Amino acid sequence: MSMSLVNSNTYLESLLQGQPRLPASPLAWFNQLRANAVDHAGRLKLPTTRDEEWRFTDLSPLARQSFQPARAAAAQQAADVEHFSVAEAAIRLVFVDGKYMPQLSTPAERLGNRGLIVTNLSSAITANAEAIEPHLGQYARFEDNLFAALNTAFLHDGALVIVPRGAAIDTPVHVLLIATQPEVASHPRCLFIAEAGSEVTILEDYVSLNEAVYVTNAVTEIAVGDNARISHIRVQRDSTEAFHIGNCAVSLAHASRYRSVSVALGARISRYDLNTGLDAEDAECVIDGLALINGRQLADTHSSIDHAKPNCTSRQLHKCIADGSAHAVFNGKIMVRAGAQNTDSAQSSRNLLLNAKARIDTKPQLEIFANDVKCAHGATVGQLDSEELFYLKSRGLSGVTARNLLTYAFGAEIIDRIPIASLKYRLEQTVLEQIKKN
Amino acid sequence: MIHQDSKTILEVSGLQAAVDGVEILKGVDLIVKSGEVHAIMGTNGSGKSTFAKVLAGHSAYQVTGGSVLFEGQNLFDLEPEERARAGVFLAFQYPIEIPGVSNSHFLRLAYNTLQSQRGKDELDPLEFEDFVREKMKLLEMNPNFLDRGVNEGFSGGEKKRNEILQMALLEPRLAILDETDSGLDIDALRIVTNGVNKLANKDNAIILVTHYQRMLNYIEPDYVHVMRGGRIVKTGGKELALDLETRGYDWLGVERRAPASA
Repeated sequence: MSMSLVNSNTYLESLLQGQPRLPASPLAWFNQLRANAVDHAGRLKLPTTRDEEWRFTDLSPLARQSFQPARAAAAQQAADVEHFSVAEAAIRLVFVDGKYMPQLSTPAERLGNRGLIVTNLSSAITANAEAIEPHLGQYARFEDNLFAALNTAFLHDGALVIVPRGAAIDTPVHVLLIATQPEVASHPRCLFIAEAGSEVTILEDYVSLNEAVYVTNAVTEIAVGDNARISHIRVQRDSTEAFHIGNCAVSLAHASRYRSVSVALGARISRYDLNTGLDAEDAECVIDGLALINGRQLADTHSSIDHAKPNCTSRQLHKCIADGSAHAVFNGKIMVRAGAQNTDSAQSSRNLLLNAKARIDTKPQLEIFANDVKCAHGATVGQLDSEELFYLKSRGLSGVTARNLLTYAFGAEIIDRIPIASLKYRLEQTVLEQIKKN
Repeated sequence: MIHQDSKTILEVSGLQAAVDGVEILKGVDLIVKSGEVHAIMGTNGSGKSTFAKVLAGHSAYQVTGGSVLFEGQNLFDLEPEERARAGVFLAFQYPIEIPGVSNSHFLRLAYNTLQSQRGKDELDPLEFEDFVREKMKLLEMNPNFLDRGVNEGFSGGEKKRNEILQMALLEPRLAILDETDSGLDIDALRIVTNGVNKLANKDNAIILVTHYQRMLNYIEPDYVHVMRGGRIVKTGGKELALDLETRGYDWLGVERRAPASA
């Protein structure tokens, strides 16, 4: 890999220095994809608050850190991982500091699910190149996105899920990405493909074993085939000292459905970009998010829903709860392209400020180029409702209990939408504990 | 029921209160003893709902004069939650909806808070479930109301039943029912008032705040007070309510006293 791209950018330098030289793949298109990304990464600069897309998110603390590639992952005790296991998920892929851990994983082939592929990308890419090539690198554009470019430049491993035509997978797939080492940069790359008429629930779960400083730069691409359905739960509970940059790009085919619940609880600075393309008629997406942060945390969610074709539906509810001197950002773009008639879109951004020092910036953004559309959007930023507090106190609940209960309820509306009961329960407990700490 | 040797629960003297600097209560006097049921009647804007909220401690109302003793203690020394724990209960005219907080969780939290205040055992979720289901029968409530958000999507009548359910769980010394009859159809009114009657005993007291006489057909008051212009202008027995029903409020005339500030 060329080192010329590092030039004056110390941040990139630290990211790239000592990264293991990735072996060339036998797949020419794959090598070309990485080479293109290396090229772009070299031209792009670390965004600053002068960039419109990053105006609230100052990455200078990230630029000041130096990062190394992960050392050989310490053999993780099964017990460390079991803490994060999700009872309902019979299929599980575990990555530690970006490295696949077969001994901790239960890929699909062990379950004898015929045709279903759930394994790590690097082991399966050659055998499944035909299925992968039309999708990998096709949705997560890196021409003007440094982090996606870096992830693609380092493209090596991550989770691969291919659900064959017509199959309904009755167990959630748990992709567990665990950070264990300090000062490590990892670039997990996931690809989820639901072929026509298939159905699957995938949990993408970022966790940490400690409060280390590290950076996760994740990219996930999702292709939902004709009449297929994907339910995608993304949980980010990284170390509160860590940096988390996530890019997810989704493409929906005819009459397909994408449901997403993303929950951000961790990281010192986190940024999640979710770009959903309603790329064929009659597609539908429901995108919900919650950021619950405290202390000096910053959580930035940028979503874009692209109504590229007629007769599509989108629903979005995003909530932020900021306490301490935390800063939450939401930028939700809805684009209705010319010709995307009969679009039905509703977006709501609701935000709760729990401290005078906390800050929330929310920006719904509608760009409509069709004339026969139904688009509703709204944003509110507020504090806890004094009438609700009074009602609870009038029943004997202390002011603190009343506040905690209402804060919890505000966030629970999103968590309740997670279709995995044990995860829902665990997150509710986590939220309750986090609120009580404040 | 009036008893000669009952203890005084509530003693209100010259109570004045304001909202946003506008004085609403202009000197309310009232004594309530254990075992008694008091009805406070009046037109809209007479100050009766303000009186109820001031007793419960709503922060939008500023007490500007007078005093209230609850079982000998200065009520205004207590925060709203302390008043509740001491045994003051307000059934809200418009119970608020709190989506995301399950009704059963809320009811159990409130119940256990008062239990521990009274030095009694708290109930775990399973024990509480059995306990609350028994109480719900009193109000002919469907148990699935436990699984919903607090008052979320409840009809007006269901909200009022949920209020009286809380009264049944918390067993207050003084229950203030603010227009609990409003929005109820005749069946719901019968059920709710029947529940209240079963909860009334010689050791507690009830203040019914109402616009109409009809609730008093079901809950027989010992005293009827008429509030007007922020004061109680007339007090009588239950027959006074019937007079009001036939004659309206106008015959009581204008305020008899000049405003205190004049």
